[in-house]
Amino acid sequence: MKILIIGGGMGGTILANNLARRLSSEIKAGKVNLTMLSASDQHFYQPGLLYLAVGQMMPDELYRDQVSLLEPGIEFHVDPVTEFHLDDNQVKTQSDGTYDYDVLVVATGSRVNMEEIPGLAENAEMFYTEEGALKMLKSLREFEGGRVVVCVGVPHKCPMAPLEITFMMHDFFKVRGILDKVELYYTYPIGRTHSLENVAKWATPEFDQLGIKYETFFNMKEVDGKNKILRSEEGAEVQYDLLVTIPAHKGMEVIESQGLGKDGWVPIDRLRLNMEGRDNVFAIGDTTNLPISKAGSTAHFEAEALGENIASMVKIGQPTRDYDGKVFCFIEAGKDRATYASFDYLNPPDPKPPTRAVHWFKVAYNQMYWASARGLL
Amino acid sequence: MAEKMLIDARGSFCPGPLMELIAKLKSGQVGDEFEVLSSDKGSAKDIPEWVEKAGHEMVESRQDKGVWHITVRKKR
Repeated sequence: MKILIIGGGMGGTILANNLARRLSSEIKAGKVNLTMLSASDQHFYQPGLLYLAVGQMMPDELYRDQVSLLEPGIEFHVDPVTEFHLDDNQVKTQSDGTYDYDVLVVATGSRVNMEEIPGLAENAEMFYTEEGALKMLKSLREFEGGRVVVCVGVPHKCPMAPLEITFMMHDFFKVRGILDKVELYYTYPIGRTHSLENVAKWATPEFDQLGIKYETFFNMKEVDGKNKILRSEEGAEVQYDLLVTIPAHKGMEVIESQGLGKDGWVPIDRLRLNMEGRDNVFAIGDTTNLPISKAGSTAHFEAEALGENIASMVKIGQPTRDYDGKVFCFIEAGKDRATYASFDYLNPPDPKPPTRAVHWFKVAYNQMYWASARGLL
Repeated sequence: MAEKMLIDARGSFCPGPLMELIAKLKSGQVGDEFEVLSSDKGSAKDIPEWVEKAGHEMVESRQDKGVWHITVRKKR
């Protein structure tokens, strides 16, 4: 059996390692071939970008050689897929390679999409790329005071990021000694300060206590960079001196251009994770159209469920369990405190008050992540 | 030609049914309808509130076997 994984991010890597261990004897016996294709020879720890933007991590802490994270038995190639031929169980790659498969897993992730809001890319800071995070750090360090507006695109990766960057900028300016010259102004697309009601109930009084202003029902429409004005779809406008955005995201271009899913999101069954209409094609992580958080933990828990199922299909000819929608998100709350939200399809989160212990665990997890990618944590 | 799209947001606590609707509506055409399925009773209040603010149109809101079916038409 040929298992082909497209994408070397968190989901693809955890899945490949999970399968390599579960199917080690089958791989050694030549009964299973496990191949990963990726666009890069580097593995990138994306959650670290939040910390890079406020000077709490360095770029070299965010990368490892992909090969160093993979279990023996995984065939790895840096060769991005350019064509999907699902009816023929085949993909073609940038190097003119052809790969056949019996089981295909698409884990190509997502990309920043700032182009649809006129003026946003030219005028806003964002931390979703290394280059963007370093540019934002420079802007935060050089900022002398005024109104910092946080604006949020939909859909975005990491639903906690709008709150986290706001609290972290509050700390950043406090440490710089210019907090009294800064007005933090948070905007959010729906009618409360966070999509999770319980998180909003906690965050709103925190904002009030810290003097952070907020406006809800605010969906970005355009940025007038000349006059430093952000306008919303709902007809509001706000003046800024520094604009920080959590940008909207799209799936990867190849997914869209190859007709696998609108806006680059692959439509899948929420329990089995297989692509609609295909029993041997699966998608995990940001790549899917599931109505759940685009976050590393989603990719992680999906990869574990899918790894178990693909391995059991090899061993006993059928899957053993469904993905239950599990997501776990840390929430940095400023002042060296953090909390977390844990939920699934049936159980809403109930975040506890932030503590220093959870913050330091998150800081530790930033280093422990590499064990997680290897599938050990 | 206007289309009708189903957004199955049952069990979506984060980003939630309204955020799913906003995302899908952005990439739709004027006149398209979007039927949101939500298991969160808050959607019956949140979605019409936003639809009015954003200048779109509520078509229907009903509950069936614990699931809210809320249909919205993109107006601009």
